[in-house]
Amino acid sequence: MSGIPHDHYEPKTGIEKWLHKRLPIVALAYDTLMIPTPKNLNWWWIWGIVLAFCLISQLVTGIILAMHYTPHIDLAFASVEHIMRDVNAGHMLRYVHANGGSLFFFAVYIHIFRGLYYGSYKAPREITWILGMLIYVAMMASAFLGYVLPWGQMSFWAATVITGLFGAIPWVGDAIQTWLLGGPSVDNATLNRFFSLHYLVPMILVALVAIHIWAFHSTGNGNPTGVEVRRTSKAEADADTLPFWPYFVIKDLFALAVILVVFFAVVGFMPNFLGHPDNYIPGNPLVTPTHIVPEWYFLPFYAILRAFTSDVWVVMLVEWVTFGVIGAKFFGVIAMFGSLIVLALAPWLDTSSVRSGRYRPMFKWWFWLLVLDFVVLTWAGAQSTDGIYAYISLIAATYWFAYFLVILPVLGLIEKPLTPVATIEEDFNAHYGVKSHPAE
Amino acid sequence: MRTLFISAIASLALGTGAAFAATGGHIEDVAFSFEGPFGTYDEAQLRRGLQVYNEVCSACHGMQYVPIRSLGDKGGPAIPGDELRAFAASLSIIDRETGEERPRIPADMFPTVTGDGMGPDLSVIAKGRAGFHGPYGLGINQLLKGMGGAEYLYSILVGYEDAPACAPGDFDGYYNTAFAAGGVPDTCKDANGVSTVPGTWIAMPQMIFDDAVTYADGTPASAHQVAEDVSAFLMWAAEPKMMARKKAGFIAILLLSLLSITLYFSNKQLWAPYKGKKTA
Repeated sequence: MSGIPHDHYEPKTGIEKWLHKRLPIVALAYDTLMIPTPKNLNWWWIWGIVLAFCLISQLVTGIILAMHYTPHIDLAFASVEHIMRDVNAGHMLRYVHANGGSLFFFAVYIHIFRGLYYGSYKAPREITWILGMLIYVAMMASAFLGYVLPWGQMSFWAATVITGLFGAIPWVGDAIQTWLLGGPSVDNATLNRFFSLHYLVPMILVALVAIHIWAFHSTGNGNPTGVEVRRTSKAEADADTLPFWPYFVIKDLFALAVILVVFFAVVGFMPNFLGHPDNYIPGNPLVTPTHIVPEWYFLPFYAILRAFTSDVWVVMLVEWVTFGVIGAKFFGVIAMFGSLIVLALAPWLDTSSVRSGRYRPMFKWWFWLLVLDFVVLTWAGAQSTDGIYAYISLIAATYWFAYFLVILPVLGLIEKPLTPVATIEEDFNAHYGVKSHPAE
Repeated sequence: MRTLFISAIASLALGTGAAFAATGGHIEDVAFSFEGPFGTYDEAQLRRGLQVYNEVCSACHGMQYVPIRSLGDKGGPAIPGDELRAFAASLSIIDRETGEERPRIPADMFPTVTGDGMGPDLSVIAKGRAGFHGPYGLGINQLLKGMGGAEYLYSILVGYEDAPACAPGDFDGYYNTAFAAGGVPDTCKDANGVSTVPGTWIAMPQMIFDDAVTYADGTPASAHQVAEDVSAFLMWAAEPKMMARKKAGFIAILLLSLLSITLYFSNKQLWAPYKGKKTA
């Protein structure tokens, strides 16, 4: 598929030939699993399999949880307690599902930043990148919908606040919010549709993930050098690559097993550490929690949402220019969605001729500053909005946009990149040394 | 311990998290038996805590999500069957089908208590409250010492003090140094409206005193002992499967560690034909 010369599946026995003629499914599986993969992939490339595992784990635990859960405002909280107390291993199912969401996002953030550092988003892999962004947005939607289901205080108020973002849209906002909620406020209709959608969105995720994999199987994997696999002859391609199975499957599974050790330490010993205590209080429309804080994986974008307050000059300018149509609240919403859009546009905002950050001396600094920026935003999203926190959020949010809209385009023009290695084989040998007697 | 260390680091990376109680109240650190990966519930303590709940708390607080039968669970209060049935029968319920009052059976839940002046349900309150989330909202305290729900309850129960001199005598509620979510009289605030006293005023009067109960097992019932016991009981009520969960965690970690080792060597052997001596 990837245009890299490699062996293809040949049906040998009668039954294989019979099947192949009618449905070449074995060939598809063979080509998918045996895809020639750059042999210099480092450990940052293991998160894809972690993500695939998360998706399957969330589906399996989620489907079983749905068998015992009741999507009704008077019964949802009680049904979750029923799962925790009476369902066989229900407490483990729920904690694996809840913390599985955290692992999912932890993995996707590393996966995204890996792509940003090694320029994985650059031509010809823009579609893979865009699909990845759609997956990320679908993940966020699914996580948000799922968080509402236990119908605790944070569930209820998260639903109120997040749908309120749509309410900030001028003229049509209220109508959209009412439509999303199924009524004037968060109520039983909201819980029912959120349950339905929480079951639907993961199915969309599965489809998006399949196309995401298809896309990078069409272009071939990226790799730390950003240099493409040689496709001119099979001998050269073989020197640059090894088949995905078994070389990368075993490597990735090793990494997955190590990560799961940590994961089960969290699930087993501190399953509520990443959650919010208020969500063990049944949802109550009459009592607003002191702090409404989203789950940790939303905090960076929550910080951006809150950063642009009405006393920031850009916000004042926009409000004045638009005759007050875009006020501070709507500006914050635009900023939050905008922060995702600039991320998705990275393939076209990055003007550098060199793909991998490894050969970009100036880029490296700005990149690591972006990583730090992301951590600061995550932290700032959980703090109050007054005093020093407001300034920190604003600076961090501004850097996020500056990185994509100014630094990436300008760096490509002024930076003098190093010369990348000529081939993947060269990079691999430079790292591991030439084997005096290569296998076979 | 190594796993713990790794998990600690990983959670630090993850845990810029959301969990924090309102600031302001003083939460005492109590060395509960159930803390840490190896912590277990103390059955005798849970039985004492149940006694406190029955004799003191249950007047105003229900536990509608806790099935009475779970009091018989091993690792929980482990009340023997006949005692359990007798205890259930001491509580009445309006039967859902007949509409008539009857004694409860172990399959029923603890009573639901609502109404004017009644307190919140206590089924999961030990998870619905937390200790100090700092410093700087980083959650390090909770990472090292646990979420602190039981500590929070303990601190509230023993946190009553005479109201500070700045407060008018008729201010609603009772002064509590651990409670952060209540009201503070304006006379105890500075020019910026910031409270000058630790804690706030809580609606619940002080209920835990020395010898508030007489323990069946003869343990001296100091106020601290009583508060600690009932907090431990409420932690069990909120998380009855804690010990099963920790056991599952250990088994998962053990099996996955073995799998990791196996895969490490498989991977090494698999790649050996292609890798020379590492030079960089």
